Amino acid sequence: MSVLVYTESENGKFKKTALEVASYAKAVANQIGTTVTAVTVNAADTSELGNYGVDKVLNVSNSTLEKFNAKSYAEVIKQAASKEDAKVVIVSQSADSKYLAPLLAVGLNAGYASNVVEAPSNTAPFTVKRTAFTNKAFNMTTINTDVKIVGVSNNAFGLVENSASASSENFSPSIPESGVTVQSVDVATDKVTIADAEVVVSAGRGLKGPENWGMIEELAGVLGAATACSKPVSDLGWRPHSEHVGQTGKPVATNLYIAIGISGAIQHLAGINASKVKVVINTDPEAPFFKAADYGVVGDAFEVVPALIEKLKAFKAANA
Amino acid sequence: MKILVCISHVPDTTSKINFTDADSKFDTNGVQFVINPNDEFGLTRAMWFKEKQGASVTVVNVGGNETEPTLRKALAIGADAAIRVNTEAKDGFQVAKELAKVVQDGGYDLVIAGRESIDYNGAMVPGMLAELTGANFVTNCISLEVEGTNATASREIDGGKETVTTSLPLVIGGQKGLVEESDLRIPNMRGIMMARKKPLTVIESSVTETETASIKFEKPELKGAVTLVDAGNLDELINLLHNEAKVI
Repeated sequence: MSVLVYTESENGKFKKTALEVASYAKAVANQIGTTVTAVTVNAADTSELGNYGVDKVLNVSNSTLEKFNAKSYAEVIKQAASKEDAKVVIVSQSADSKYLAPLLAVGLNAGYASNVVEAPSNTAPFTVKRTAFTNKAFNMTTINTDVKIVGVSNNAFGLVENSASASSENFSPSIPESGVTVQSVDVATDKVTIADAEVVVSAGRGLKGPENWGMIEELAGVLGAATACSKPVSDLGWRPHSEHVGQTGKPVATNLYIAIGISGAIQHLAGINASKVKVVINTDPEAPFFKAADYGVVGDAFEVVPALIEKLKAFKAANA
Repeated sequence: MKILVCISHVPDTTSKINFTDADSKFDTNGVQFVINPNDEFGLTRAMWFKEKQGASVTVVNVGGNETEPTLRKALAIGADAAIRVNTEAKDGFQVAKELAKVVQDGGYDLVIAGRESIDYNGAMVPGMLAELTGANFVTNCISLEVEGTNATASREIDGGKETVTTSLPLVIGGQKGLVEESDLRIPNMRGIMMARKKPLTVIESSVTETETASIKFEKPELKGAVTLVDAGNLDELINLLHNEAKVI
């Protein structure tokens, strides 16, 4: 009857989203009076999960699961849910978890609510708050099936520490043929990803050309931030598609979003609106982004950004 | 190759989002509806397969008769036939079950849907449809090639991309990259005239229950006005971000 949470890891280490969904699972377990079981795949050390309220870890170690595969991973979680008789299954909204969750929903015949931003407001009927209309509204949704799946939006619930010690046991589910074979993975391992970043530095057509991105990367470097760009910039080929954020690009829900030379088209704002604090730097005081931002600087990016880099370096040095 | 493209009928991005009936329903008053952008990239890729490799393209929507202009637009872009499952779309699982019946009855080799709709943002239908019909599944798909029954696709992952091989039958959750923005087609007069003569078949719903239910909508709290900082006083910006917003 415990709440089951799928805690994603990468190269053996838990992602921040894994600790966040563990925290969420603990909140749900408290509401319905039960414990939290986590299922992990090829994680090196699972003791960290106890700090976020996990009571028990089902540890799957299997070389055929070395690369992510939605069908196989969904099957692992399904078998873990059956073993634990879990009625509530929690997943993150990382690219991989969003990929597997619909398959899991069919496998468990479970209602699934995605993009959930708060702990359930009620557990009978099971009621959650999710974003809709690309962050322009919230939707209260009830899940009415016996088994329920909740997809928790990144950086929405936050990390909640709960010092407990998680017991660990090995779990060996049967793995089906997947039908989809990974041939190659192309990720920049030295860069912070938009999904994991606490800060995202994003730039638009106001930068005038791809040759001017050096200062954007330097600013991101100082802040430990991921870099992103607006749609026109990726359409023009100035930056890779993987950096495009907005409605048809990647969603951003970071703590701090800095938009440089981006006017703030509604499609762009929809995709980044879940970010907590937004800063805009733009020469045009009438740019729509100023209406969506918390802090704004009216000025030329080519002057403001280098000055900001120097001041932030001094600030970081003083606060190190 | 028989291709089915799933079309979601969604409010245009610039629409004002308001609700009626005690905030339980989306207010469609004055709202312009369009083909869901993620679906339009998939439809355009389907046109490429039709023209370059030979394929039939059917479009499908689950919804009331108000969605037919959106299906006609897809026909004007070049799809051969349209199907509308005549029922209100209430949740992703219900829509996936309705579509699964269409896929099984029509024997489609390749189903292309958008990775998510821009209204409900569920990101559920393509994956559920694949699992319900026993097809392979790739979502966040940014490129797709098909040779015979073999397919090569790439998908966007956190921080990069991944290339996979798979086989038909296949369901794709598509997005920008499947084709470029500049490849999208605006229907011309000839296409619009031809679309009027193409078949649009209405079939009745086969699903009675839903797994989830939408209770109520809320709009985010209005945010306060922006705090402007002088470009010559960036220390103040750092101070605000550190002490007030506490994000650096």
